[in-house]
Amino acid sequence: MSNEVHRHLDEELDALRDRVLRLGGEAESALRRVMHSLAERDTAEARAVLDHDDTIDQLEVEVDRQAIDIFALRQPAARDLRFVMSVTKMAPVLERIADHACNIARAAIDLHHEPQLKYHVSLYRMGEIALEMLAAALDAFTKNDAVAARVVMERDSEINELYNQVFHDLIEMMADEPATAQRDARLLFIAKHLERIGDYVTDICELTVFMAEAAIIKHRH
Amino acid sequence: MSTTSAKIAPKFEVKSRASLASAPTKISVSNLNFFYGRTQALNDITVDVPERMVMAFIGPSGCGKTTFLRTLNRMNDVIPGTRVGGNVLIDGQDIYTPGADVVDLRRKVGMVFQKSNPFPKSIFDNVAYGLKINRLAANNRELRDRVEEALKDAALWTEVKDRLKTSALGLSGGQQQRLCIARALAIRPEVILMDEPASALDPIATSKIEELIVDLKKQYTIVIVTHNMQQAARVSDLTAFFLLGKLIEVNSTEKMFTAPDQKLTEDYITGRFG
Repeated sequence: MSNEVHRHLDEELDALRDRVLRLGGEAESALRRVMHSLAERDTAEARAVLDHDDTIDQLEVEVDRQAIDIFALRQPAARDLRFVMSVTKMAPVLERIADHACNIARAAIDLHHEPQLKYHVSLYRMGEIALEMLAAALDAFTKNDAVAARVVMERDSEINELYNQVFHDLIEMMADEPATAQRDARLLFIAKHLERIGDYVTDICELTVFMAEAAIIKHRH
Repeated sequence: MSTTSAKIAPKFEVKSRASLASAPTKISVSNLNFFYGRTQALNDITVDVPERMVMAFIGPSGCGKTTFLRTLNRMNDVIPGTRVGGNVLIDGQDIYTPGADVVDLRRKVGMVFQKSNPFPKSIFDNVAYGLKINRLAANNRELRDRVEEALKDAALWTEVKDRLKTSALGLSGGQQQRLCIARALAIRPEVILMDEPASALDPIATSKIEELIVDLKKQYTIVIVTHNMQQAARVSDLTAFFLLGKLIEVNSTEKMFTAPDQKLTEDYITGRFG
């Protein structure tokens, strides 16, 4: 390959990285806005998240197209192969995170029409941790840093513990005050969405480890 | 829900296409040095080629891969002023030991070249040539049978069975190369060396040669030099990377193309070399 061809490949890989990071940024923004909307009972913000979802879906398709072009035209190998492979697997995960944010937005809009329930500290803490994890996972991906990715993965257990706590609290509330059961159930769904986002962030970290170390740690933990 | 453990270690490592560890060694090369006059072309090469597997040699032009290939059946002996040091064992026998039978070695270790080189004879006579000069067929019937067997093994029989007496020079480039492979197979070698066997062929003819290589490894040990890295990836079990006369890395082909151990290999494979 000539230097000119290498330059083109590097430019294409950089463009792919930029696009997937943009998708990551959009997913992060959707999650941040929806948690803010939930806390502040801001229906307009929740609707804005839903309206923006098409843009995120489109970004995922663009990442796919770019990656397919690189596979077909450049036949990447070694670190380039691992990078493009990781990006193609990461894009749908990020899109899924944004979908969960949308599901939270729908639940939030419904909740905003109801009287406010007790403030669930653990639920909001789940959202904060999910956001911190997502930001750190994208940072580890950008720096090709498997050590940082592994640190992020460890935090998934924090979300899981909080989810168990929220789950028990809400079940208890449903039993104590059956009139609030519908609202409790919506909060329970929100907690489940946040718990799933933690799992998806873990998937992103696994892909970063693969990209950096060629080690497949999926289903290991 | 997934739970993380304190220690997250790799569970799955990239595995080789074939069970490399269990395959017996066919060719064992140790500390091989090779000189063209005062120019050292190979530096201290040590590598084992397992039996009935395909090993591909890759590397930039002039890195020594063809020179190394030709040391495996002493083809470099015919070049004046060359010297070789170190050991090349095939089935445990040193092929450079004084008194070694070079004709017998080349019967055991066949070679296919970059450019197909059929003799200006009929298709049949091309394949029968080695059998006749080595007197490997007891009679005409056996000769015919072995020519047919070699042409079938080279995946050429169905294309030429009705015109065995016509000139080999009338075959297409891809067919001529398969004819040369049939000619090598006819004397029943144990190892086949291939020096860029598909570099002059179109994608369809190349694909036939590659399918043939994969098929032939059931019976033969194959060593192939190729500039086409995708070809090395498609056909080989092991890949060796040469640079400036040195063997930089040997690994399973999967490992080589997904996560090579050496940075030099990675730079070459990803096209960022130099």
